[in-house]
Amino acid sequence: MTVFDLSSATLRDLNSALHAIADGANDTEFEVVNPRGSHAVAVGIAKPVSVEVHGSVGYYCAGMNDGGTVTVHGSAGPGVAENMMSGTVVIEGDASQYAGATGRGGLLVIKGNAASRCGISMKGIDIVVHGSIGHMSAFMGQSGHLVVLGDAGDALGDSLYEAKLFVRGTVKSLGADCIEKEMRPEHIAKLGELLDKAGVTDVRPEEFKRYGSARKLYNFNIDNADAY
Amino acid sequence: MSYHNPPTPPRKSATFDDATLAEIRRAAATGIYDIRGGGTKRKVPHFDDLLFLGASISRYPLEGYREKCETSVVLGTRFAKKPIELKIPITVAGMSFGALSGPAKEALGRGATIAGTSTTTGDGGMTDEERGHSQKLVYQYLPSRYGMNPRDLRRADAIEVVVGQGAKPGGGGMLLGQKISDRVAEMRTLPKGIDQRSACRHPDWTGPDDLEIKILELREITDWEKPIYVKVGGARPYYDTALAVKAGADVVVLDGMQGGTAATQDVFIENVGMPTLACIRPAVQALQDLGMHRKVQLIVSGGIRSGADVAKALALGADAVSIGTAALAAIGDNDPKWEEEYRKLGSTAGAYDDWHEGRDPAGITTQDPELASRLDPEVSGRRLANYLKVMTLEAQTIARACGKNHLHNLEPEDLCALTMEAAAMAQVPLAGTSWYPGKGGF
Repeated sequence: MTVFDLSSATLRDLNSALHAIADGANDTEFEVVNPRGSHAVAVGIAKPVSVEVHGSVGYYCAGMNDGGTVTVHGSAGPGVAENMMSGTVVIEGDASQYAGATGRGGLLVIKGNAASRCGISMKGIDIVVHGSIGHMSAFMGQSGHLVVLGDAGDALGDSLYEAKLFVRGTVKSLGADCIEKEMRPEHIAKLGELLDKAGVTDVRPEEFKRYGSARKLYNFNIDNADAY
Repeated sequence: MSYHNPPTPPRKSATFDDATLAEIRRAAATGIYDIRGGGTKRKVPHFDDLLFLGASISRYPLEGYREKCETSVVLGTRFAKKPIELKIPITVAGMSFGALSGPAKEALGRGATIAGTSTTTGDGGMTDEERGHSQKLVYQYLPSRYGMNPRDLRRADAIEVVVGQGAKPGGGGMLLGQKISDRVAEMRTLPKGIDQRSACRHPDWTGPDDLEIKILELREITDWEKPIYVKVGGARPYYDTALAVKAGADVVVLDGMQGGTAATQDVFIENVGMPTLACIRPAVQALQDLGMHRKVQLIVSGGIRSGADVAKALALGADAVSIGTAALAAIGDNDPKWEEEYRKLGSTAGAYDDWHEGRDPAGITTQDPELASRLDPEVSGRRLANYLKVMTLEAQTIARACGKNHLHNLEPEDLCALTMEAAAMAQVPLAGTSWYPGKGGF
């Protein structure tokens, strides 16, 4: 286990060490202490390393993660796990805006709440939020799954493409072209799998509602212009 | 006796001219705004309104063909461990695979490589063909993040964070369903055949303070190796340049309203943004005020057509220029040899701009395999290289006549303006005077 104390080591020390891991290396476990809200902690991971961060982080923690497992024992600033390709990111506390933005793969678990624009422009990532999410979440979501055990704010799924949204609590309002859809058996099965992967044991998939795209804005029609 | 009103010649309205009336009828018939490619078609003050003074008794010229006039430029010297070294100060601007065919992108890469310069991806990610044929490739980081991934970030030679472009400052990308083929849909994670309208601002940052942190993240991901450009449309060049520098850019790319787009609303192209000529001096002033001129490089684009335009942009303080529309013309866009087919599409060579429809007879702005196969990437790449070399020779010819042994030694003092507007925008004297609007002593 390699430990980086960000009260003395630099961000560059940490990220360059994470990037220098050779294929098949044995020493793949890292610990970060005193992150003190640092930005860009553990970004650009390209190997199956494990990083435990003790404390809260700033912007873009685990950005573009590709295969790593990053756990933040604290809260995360904006853009956590942005553009994640694969791997797992777990935030034990809350997450700020744009959590999982444009993510293409992997699993992001937020054990607290997530602020606005959670899953914005998501492109294949799976996001499970134990608490609630803010407004404009999953805006222009293209692919992947957003699972919310609590409530969703205004304009959920605005201008949604093919991302699938599951909300257990209330939805304050739906965005343009986002509608409630039938929970079919395959959705129940997928949701059960995601809840399992996210370590959620006391909640059943049947408690959720599914939301997705009405697909009315996929091709321009002047009579839909007032939807924007 | 009845009053007789003698006939008068028919007189058309200057306000409601033929083009305006045609657009009103088109809008009424279709219910959709006009969408097209390219940049502004209206006449705006441009480099044509400037002239070089050349040498005289007080300035002596360099001998053409004998005395050296350097053209190289290094981009990204501020922070990047691996700056980009180019033989010529003319780069090829970002144009997406999706908007352009695969062979067209390959041709741009081949041409730029032969000429010793860089080409740029676009709003659709990086293809292997493009990477393979481009010795120096700039990878655009756009609001849509289509095709964005860390592997391509690392195999790029530079990263260009696109905040805006000259054809549509404040607008997002657009790729209509006709061009969302299987491969384009897969690269963009979109359903095939939809009208793709990408976001106008980035999903995970807003404002210059966030941009600074975003640039930090990109540098950390790429181990501080890659130059990071910030591209802005010609809107508020002084402040945009200053803020890009503050955010940590290595290079600022400034695109005036003559800069093209693959597709957007005509009303946007023609009515938003500033002419390229009006953008350069405020941007250079911002760099000078910050002590960063020549430390943060400035690339100017939007309507660059000739070596004279290159020389004028550099004389006003740019480090390099970028071409898009002109590069497409060089590889065969709007070539009169396709006139019969342009007419079938209701257009004519030189005016064809329905690039979004994917029916380009030249095989450039299309995803139709049959049309795309018309473009030979090797032949077209050679054409682009020829054109880039001609532009460079032209710029050198002018620079030598002004007594400069490097294109970067050209300066505003070498120029005069033909019109009051150009004098004001370029801040060079009206020809025959020592004055320009805004300068004291009038």
